Amino acid sequence: MIDTTSDHKEVEDLEIALLLEGMFKRYGYDFRDYSLAHLRRRLRHRMESSSLPDMGAMLHRVLRDRNFFELLLRDLSINVTEMFRDPDIYLRIRTEVVSRLKTYPFVKIWHAGCATGEEVYSMAILLHEEELLERCQIYATDFNQLALKKAKEGIYALDQIRQFTTNYQKGGGRESFSDYYTADDHSVILKNWLKKRIVFADHNLVTDSVFSEMQLVVCRNVLIYFNRDLQNRIFQTFYESLCPGGFLWLGSKESLRLSPMGKRFDPLFADEKIYKREL
Amino acid sequence: MTSPAKRVPYEAVVIGVSAGGLHALRVILPRLPKNFPVPVVVVQHRGSESDGFFAQYLDQRCAVQVKEAEEKETAAPGTVYLAPANYHLLLEDDRTFSLTLESRVRFARPSIDVLFESAADVYGSRLIGIVLTGANDDGSRGLAAIKKRGGLAVVQSPDDAEVDTMPKAALQAAKVDFVLPLAAIGQFLANLYKE
Repeated sequence: MIDTTSDHKEVEDLEIALLLEGMFKRYGYDFRDYSLAHLRRRLRHRMESSSLPDMGAMLHRVLRDRNFFELLLRDLSINVTEMFRDPDIYLRIRTEVVSRLKTYPFVKIWHAGCATGEEVYSMAILLHEEELLERCQIYATDFNQLALKKAKEGIYALDQIRQFTTNYQKGGGRESFSDYYTADDHSVILKNWLKKRIVFADHNLVTDSVFSEMQLVVCRNVLIYFNRDLQNRIFQTFYESLCPGGFLWLGSKESLRLSPMGKRFDPLFADEKIYKREL
Repeated sequence: MTSPAKRVPYEAVVIGVSAGGLHALRVILPRLPKNFPVPVVVVQHRGSESDGFFAQYLDQRCAVQVKEAEEKETAAPGTVYLAPANYHLLLEDDRTFSLTLESRVRFARPSIDVLFESAADVYGSRLIGIVLTGANDDGSRGLAAIKKRGGLAVVQSPDDAEVDTMPKAALQAAKVDFVLPLAAIGQFLANLYKE
């Protein structure tokens, strides 16, 4: 019986590898270097929800059915985020990083994997309050078109606003948070002027090319889904995208410590996961 | 029943605990010797804002090292890893940890089921799963997954648990090998690996 289960795992792993290969060849989305434990969970979830007998059947279906592929794409992209997530770190960005950004005549910021945009708008608000927004260009990218569409709209569920407001205040917010949105019965609509320095763009971190001469790259809770090799490749991408001395801001559980690229960056505040590219 | 340790060399221990968790871990973990030969990985439900206090508190009271699991870190023997607040913790085939922000699973993040199921994929029959006190049914699917792969299932005796919902759910979901009071579980683990 034990042999059967380990056989089963071997077959399932092979089917998953073929499925990922098929998705890449057919649709150009590359999940082959994602964390396998995470992929197994999400794919099994889809298999059960769609009442498919095994991963082989999923492969068959995904190659022939673009709608099913779109479904799978949504399953594989995690968009959990909030405004001013980890407020202590926003405070650090405000007090320590923005002052350094101010020394540049013009500041380019890349939010890689911006999901539904909450953190991009948080950054715009912070920069506005620090009187730097007018000198900034923010590029906000994601591969998930649906998330990106939501990000562009800047409309969020009303029940989240209390959390956002608390975060804003803890993160060193100087104004009344309600100045930044209008609300109706169900949603908050962020004010349009917050978008004027933001360009939202479809970009896949795994397969698309680098941006250039950024002063700050923000990529939070994206790399946790990648395996070590892919993480290293993306760190290389960020290195090339940053100007010398530019800043890299990762998620609070992400680190350069275990990567060979770690030596090309200096931790500005190690516990806050803010790094400075070597000169 | 013969000692399972003689048949199968268990390569890891996973523990799930919810309400009453800090106390339960304080009873179990100090019984493990410093050179405990396998990693122990723990999901404890706690507030999303909680910091590294639990790990530090337990580390000061245990012979084994107790720390929060870091992303891509390799699970090492003699170490107890706690899932960080607000992230799911998973094990990869190469024995490293992954973290995810996938939605809550049955209201929990970290989720015991998520850890247990991923660990069952990695360790197969060479895994011990332990479900302790708690006020929900997280862990029962995970424990069933461990049993399905031929691993060993241990559950805290419901009448001994601070809250018995979670142990009862686990007993219902899986064919459990040992039902033990809290005070016996640490020694049970230590004895498995005695020479």
